[in-house]
Parts: sequence; structure tokens; C-alpha cells
Amino acid sequence: MEYINVTNTQQRILCCNCGVAIPPNPANMCVDCIRNEIDITEGISKQLVIQFCSSCERYLQPPNHWVAADLESRELLSLCLKRMKGMNKVRLVDAGFIWTEPHSKRLKVKLTIQKEVHAGMILQQVFVVDFVVAGMMCEDCHRVEAKDMWRACVQVRQKVPHKRTFFYLEQLIIKHQQHRYTTNIKETPDGIDFFFANKTHASKFHDFVASVCPTRYKVSEEVISIDVHAHTANYKYTYSVEMVPICRDDLICLPRSLRAHLGNMGPLVLCSKIGNSVHLVDPNTLQIAEMSAASYWRSPFTTLCNIKSLTEYIVLDVEPLGPVRGKNVLCEMELARKSDFGFNDTTFFVRSHLGAILQPGDSCLGYDIANANFNSDHFEEYNRAELPDVIVVKKAYSNSRRKRRNRNWKLQHITNETAISGPVDKRKGPATHEDYEQFLRDLEEDFEFRSAINLYKSANQPALPVHGEESNMDTDFDDDAEIPEIDIDELLDDMAEMNIADVEMAGDGV
Amino acid sequence: MPVRAQFENSNDIGVFARLTNAYCLVGIGASENFYSVFQAELGNSIPLVRTTIADTRIVGRMTVGNRHGLLLPNSTTDQEMQHIRNSLPDSVQITRLEERLSALGNVIACNDYVALVHPDIDRETEEIIIDTLKVEVFRQTVAGEVLVGAYCVLNNNGGLVHPNTSIEDQDELASLLQVPLLAGTVNRGSAVLGGGLIVNDWASFAGAITTPSESAVIDSVFQFQDSGHTSAVNDAWVRDSLIDSMN
Repeated sequence: MEYINVTNTQQRILCCNCGVAIPPNPANMCVDCIRNEIDITEGISKQLVIQFCSSCERYLQPPNHWVAADLESRELLSLCLKRMKGMNKVRLVDAGFIWTEPHSKRLKVKLTIQKEVHAGMILQQVFVVDFVVAGMMCEDCHRVEAKDMWRACVQVRQKVPHKRTFFYLEQLIIKHQQHRYTTNIKETPDGIDFFFANKTHASKFHDFVASVCPTRYKVSEEVISIDVHAHTANYKYTYSVEMVPICRDDLICLPRSLRAHLGNMGPLVLCSKIGNSVHLVDPNTLQIAEMSAASYWRSPFTTLCNIKSLTEYIVLDVEPLGPVRGKNVLCEMELARKSDFGFNDTTFFVRSHLGAILQPGDSCLGYDIANANFNSDHFEEYNRAELPDVIVVKKAYSNSRRKRRNRNWKLQHITNETAISGPVDKRKGPATHEDYEQFLRDLEEDFEFRSAINLYKSANQPALPVHGEESNMDTDFDDDAEIPEIDIDELLDDMAEMNIADVEMAGDGV
Repeated sequence: MPVRAQFENSNDIGVFARLTNAYCLVGIGASENFYSVFQAELGNSIPLVRTTIADTRIVGRMTVGNRHGLLLPNSTTDQEMQHIRNSLPDSVQITRLEERLSALGNVIACNDYVALVHPDIDRETEEIIIDTLKVEVFRQTVAGEVLVGAYCVLNNNGGLVHPNTSIEDQDELASLLQVPLLAGTVNRGSAVLGGGLIVNDWASFAGAITTPSESAVIDSVFQFQDSGHTSAVNDAWVRDSLIDSMN
């Protein structure tokens, strides 16, 4: 059999338009002629306007969404592509920016598109679309300009005579960057008002506050304007958030009914911690209890007294009784009032949960129940003779020594320019200053307390003790090493300070 | 250069006219323009017949013929056939075909000596074609298309075939037909040559949108150049096909 070699040689025909020899295609025209004849970019606008708010540097995504996007960024490209009409009829192969001077207010987008022009024939074309960046103030900036800056307000309140809770809250807010969306922060006598441009931000912020502290809240709305024809209305929302009026180390006298719920603890208990619930500890039995915001507000109670009424005692003897619960060790101790030293020999025998912390000779702080005069109905319910004379709260450190020290750490503050009148300013007053100092000491003393917030290295390093100074220091407290300090490993570098330093150095170089 | 014409805004003039070396059939249009084009070009040299076939004006697609004869489909009425008989010279033999594929212009392509036909055409029809048109008949396809009449246009000097016809197919067809062939287009890239192009040995008509370069291809392959200078390629093809047939 003869082998027939069947080969199909590609024949060539002349382009029907220009007469160039080409392989046949459905149009029987060379690519250049097809390109001349058919414009696949037809119907796609080559010049467009894109709106840009110069004050917040965002671009308008119609109908009324504003998107922050950098020049030549992916977001801006997708925004530009969305603005182009007629793109649904072609296939987009590639898109990118051509560099333009930022001040030129022009964006050039280079596109590669494909389209089927005849049956089975796809044409590809590259073209450039010009965008003119037109200035347009966005609604938010408009509102700022019109001094109509908030749509929602979160009023955080705590009805206690000090500000320590708010100092702590400020640190938590900074750590979690929750003040990002505030338009203003204002201090009021019992708390702080946080203002937001829209309700979702306020709601999110409220959720954050509720997650760090037991709260109850109420939302109210105020009508700004109503369009009866369009059935739309503008509201201002106010979240009134009340935090439980109980702080760390406060003494609480539990009502009888509540005692029954909490396993008969108390009646005198200490608040050991405030998280998203109230943690209580009974120093007599080491019993602990946790109260959620819901259960607290069902039967609210107030504190019997707070740390302002602490009295200093000297521990004379400590005798552990056996029971241990976490870091609490039940013990019996003999105390004497520090102020009594040199006057009388009154001592107190009390039970305490601080058996692991206190040693004979230490000084500690406690509530003097025996001599106190409480104005509380709950307290009156109990027989005073059954209650302990002293409730020890914490170990005390020498105030005079600590005041001289420079701290090697510091805290950041909400430096939003609108927040100048916030907690920072209030610190100038003597009472608030004391609160703040107390807050800083609490941080130094309790690792757990400070673990939730960011501490920063301070620029002014603690001065090393000079020998002369050491010689004339008071001999009452030779246990200098005991003063609580924060390890340098826990501290973060202050970015803001570093930036400033960089700029200064650059300035020096010039 | 082929004469450009349009039939009532349609560029597929091959549908509405059938041209041979001995006569020309023209469909009856609403206006005189189309007929006038043929009259001006062909003048009094050959009879021009205005007719319908089966009451339609698509005479170019329904009929096929050469200088020896004319084939009409079965649907042609007696009156139409009589009119054509009366108008054509006696030397032209007219036959009505009993053929299922009734659009004869689409299924048969011929010149005065050879014809390509649709591969599925009846054996009897083939005999009648041989007898009436006095041609050799080849059952062939052009570029895989069975409608040889639509995708191939022939005269006694050359032929234009579908643009997708490969070189091998062109060579094979050329050796069968004994005329040089070229792949080409008409009407700005249309492959339906039978629709856009009408030729005999001395005249040619093409759709109005046919481009100059297409016209040039048509001129060169059907050898309408005045000076008688033919392209070297065409000469070579003629020679090759002659040698092939002598072998």
C-alpha cells in the first residue's frame, strides 16, 4: 500500500483591505485593518471624573461611600474600574496605573481588554483612560466643617469619688486603639463623654467598655430632622453607660439576700478585681465569688468604704491556718496600728487572706471596722460583735521613699487634640493628682493589673542613688529592694518619642 | 476590474443573476438599476433575460448553466421555462432537473468544460449535467464545504475558491478543473464567493463593497488584464496542472 503523506500547508490569502498576505481568518482581514475598522473600546468612556475629598483624602464610590486609597493602590484601581461604563461587554485582561504627578489631579489607567468581534475571533486592545480628580467635600468632613461633629455619644459614668477607674480605662482604650473613631472626648464630673460620627462606632465602643467593666446602659435618640416625604429621619444617639460603682480593694457589706446567693460569704468582703465581672473575696474564709453585670444590676449594692479610708498597720505576727486558694493563704495575724506606736499597746488579732504576702514586721493597709462609723443599712443588719475589727487589704510600702523616686516607665495618654480637656488635664487638681499617683502605684504593685495595658520606657531614667544620699536615708525602711518596680522587659519603646528624636536628628544634620 | 453592483441594497449580487458566456439571467428587482448595470456592461453581445424562477428573484442561486446549456430546478413554472426558452439562442439546451437539492447554483459550480458538484447529488442528475452542459463532472468539496457553487466561482481561465482552502486542496482542484485557482474573498472579506461575484470569460461583477485589493485578485485569477500579462504564479500553475493531467 502506498503511503500518502497528507499535509495541510497553510495557504495565505490577501487581506481584503490592504492586500497583505495573511493566513485566512473569519474576517479575512489583517489584524491592523481589523483594528482600524473595529474599535472594541467603543462605548467605554476614555475621560472620567473621580471625586476626591481633600480633607480626609478619600475617594467617592457612588452613590455615597467614601474610600480611603493611596495613589496607584489596588483599592484605587478597583474604584476606577468600577467607575468605567461599558466594561461588562468586554473582557478585562490587565489594568494598571501610568505614573502621573500627584499634583496634576490626573489618574491614567492603562487597560488591556479583549472582545469577540466575529464568531471565534477575539481582538485585544490596550488603551488609556484618563481620570480627572475633582475635589468634593465628603459628608463627614462637611459635618466637621459645620461644627456638627457627632451623631452618637457614649457617656461613660462611674459614681465614685475618684478617677482611678477612668485612668485605667484610658490605658485600655489606648492599648486597643478604641479612640480611633472618636471625634471628641470630654470630661464631665462623674465620667467621660466620647463622641462619634456614626452610631456603629459608638455601639462598638460601648461594646468595648462593656467587655472591660460591668456596665448597664441605655440608648436614647434625639431627632435632628425628618423628611416626611422620603420617610427618612436623622437622629443623634446617646449611649448612657454606667459602670458599677465598685473598684479594686473596696470593702463591701453584702446584703443578706445576696449573701445567700453567693454561698453565704461575707458579710464583709473585698473586691479583688474588676474585669467584665466583679470579683469578690472573703478574707475570713478565702471564699471567692464573681458577679456579672446582670446579676449586679439586679440587686445593686454600694461599697462600705474605699481605699481612702485605709489605715496603716504593722504586722506583729503571722500564723498560717492551712487553707490556700490560689495566691491567697488564710492566716491569723496580730496587728498594731502604726499611729498607736509609742502611745499604747493595742493589738488586733484578725484573719486575713494575705498569709503569703505579709510577714512579721511588714506594714500593711486595712480597714478599721471597729472604729469606723458607717452609714449603711446593710451594715446595720449585722451584729457588730460578730464582725472583725480590721480587714487587711494589702501590703504597704514606704511613701516617703517612693515619692523621691523617678519612675523608669510612663503611660501614654489619649493625645487627640480634642481630648486635651480629658482626664489628662484634670490631673492638675490636687485630688486627681493623688488619684493618679495611687493608680500608678497600683500598677507597680500588681503584675496582673498592669498586664492588660501598655507601659512605655521613660526618657528620664531613674537616677542612681548617690552614696551620700544613701547614708542619711531613714532607717525605718532599710528594705529598699522591696519597693515594687516594673522590670524593663515589660516596657515598650515609645514610638511617638522615637519619631520626634528622628526628626530632630535630621534637622541637626541639615 | 469587476463592475460593482448592488441589488436593492444587497451586495450578494450572485444570488440575483446568472452569467455565462452565451446568456445572462437577471432577477426582477423593484428598480431598473441592477439590470442597467448588466445592460451597460454586456450590451448587445449576449441576450439578457429578466425572469423569475419558481416566482422568486433568486435566479442566480436556483439555476446553473454555461454556453452549452441551462439547468433549471423542478420548481420552475412552465411559463418561466417557456419565456427563457424563447429568449435564449437555440444552441443553448435547457433542462428541468428532478433534484432534491433544488438550489442548483449552490450545489454546482461550472465553466464550459468542467463542473464541481455537491457530493450528495443524484446519479441521474449527474448524467443530465454531463449531457446538458457538456462538462466533466467531479464530486468535490471546497475547503470542506459541500456547497461548491457558493464557495467557488469559475470561468474558463481561472477560478476563485474559499479562503480556507489549503494549498493541497487548491492543487487538487486545479488539476481537476484544468484552470489555475486562487483562494480569495469578495465583499470586504466575505467567503461566500458565489454570492458576491459573477463572472464569465470577459466580464465580471462584484458586490459594491468589494475592496480594490479583492478586485485585483479577481482580475488576476480570471485573467481580465488587458495587456495579457499573467502572473508567473498562474503560469506555473497552469503548466503544473497540464503536466499533472498528462501523467
